[in-house]
Amino acid sequence: MSIFDTFLNWKVFVQTLPLLLSGLTTTLTLGITAIILGFIGGLVLALVRLYGVSPLRQISIAYIDVFRSIPILVLLVVIYYALPFVGIRLSPFGAAASALSIVSAAYSAEIFRAGIEAVPKGQFEAAHAVGLSSWRLMGDVVLPQALKIVIPPITSNSINVMKDTALASVVAMPDLLKQATQAQALAANPTPLISAALIYIAILLPLVRLVSVFEKRLARRGR
Amino acid sequence: MQPIIEMKSVVKSFGHFIALQGVDLSIKEGEIVVIIGPSGSGKSTLIRCINQLEEHNSGDIVVDGIEIGQGRKRAVQVEVGMVFQSFNLFPHMTVLRNVALGPARVRGLSWADADERARKLLVRVGLEDHITKYPAQLSGGQQQRVGIARALAMEPKVLLFDEPTSALDPEMVGEVLYVMQQLAKTGVTMIVVTHEMGFARKVADRVVFMDGGRIVEEGRPAELFSAPQDPRLRSFLQAVLSH
Repeated sequence: MSIFDTFLNWKVFVQTLPLLLSGLTTTLTLGITAIILGFIGGLVLALVRLYGVSPLRQISIAYIDVFRSIPILVLLVVIYYALPFVGIRLSPFGAAASALSIVSAAYSAEIFRAGIEAVPKGQFEAAHAVGLSSWRLMGDVVLPQALKIVIPPITSNSINVMKDTALASVVAMPDLLKQATQAQALAANPTPLISAALIYIAILLPLVRLVSVFEKRLARRGR
Repeated sequence: MQPIIEMKSVVKSFGHFIALQGVDLSIKEGEIVVIIGPSGSGKSTLIRCINQLEEHNSGDIVVDGIEIGQGRKRAVQVEVGMVFQSFNLFPHMTVLRNVALGPARVRGLSWADADERARKLLVRVGLEDHITKYPAQLSGGQQQRVGIARALAMEPKVLLFDEPTSALDPEMVGEVLYVMQQLAKTGVTMIVVTHEMGFARKVADRVVFMDGGRIVEEGRPAELFSAPQDPRLRSFLQAVLSH
């Protein structure tokens, strides 16, 4: 029994691959859903925090602080196991997507805020001087520049969201990790787990590299 | 005739620093007014109050019949154009788009009409060969001419210039002043904060000297430069004209 037969068993790999791929599909769907919802939510939160009227602003600040403080795993368990007691029953996917989006929105909000604040004051003044409305000022002048600034940290945040999808296996969601553990039990061999780990790396490593490239490019431009 | 800009007892403070200590100024339509004075005298604050980039604390400002304050900010900003010391062009837009943005988004022109208007203005400031470039690809003088075209594109009643040549290399000052000089002949009301005394002498209908947040002296350039009354103006002129 060689180490290859134990950890990289080709027969087991081929046998369990369909299961892993179905898990991968779930993981990607969950991750992308949470990334998109977190992006939109974060942008709204950041704008409310910066420009909203007083009670809304406080609510936005409280939201951002609370959900940056709570561990995602705890939030997920609360949503899935505690909310049913008040009649809110979410599917494993619904619970995981909610928990990931809620937290990602809080982190994205702070990233967007930093990006908007990094746009020079003269840009706001010029937009005012041209007579643009507040919406046009944001949409035409400030956000296009802010989004460019936040590409590296937002990508970085998206990588974290993708990794955190693995937590969903706790609420019995058939994601990549869950399917891999299942397959391991069936095959009585750890090859599926190793395969899952390699699949995570294969998907996320290029993104990690991309962040470095973005950061270098931004640094070269001096902003 | 009613003045196009009427300021009465305008006060503006930043924390403990009082930048404008009750300024009265009345400007007629089509008048070219140059504001001079030492740095920190309140010149920039004065014109920034006219288009409400700074909100004044007290006093009245009426621009083209619009009383400023209580949510009338944008109405004024639409009618008043501004050229900034540091250009403040939109770096993510082409030169053409920089100029066409206001007409399209604020005046409601179609993009085709806005682009056409922008193109004509860019020809007028001598930049017809650069319309597809981005601001970062232009020299300072060229960028400032785009800034002037951008302000003109809104067909404003009043044009404000906040030290438009102060950030330029000396060899580029001339091209910007030339465009401004041509502009002065078109009948648009211009208020120019500048240290270019030659421009003031040649182009201004009236020169206003400010010091310590107040208008100290004003008059026709010929009189003001040749026979300054206030000692502060005399020492200021001596300092700027001696080099």
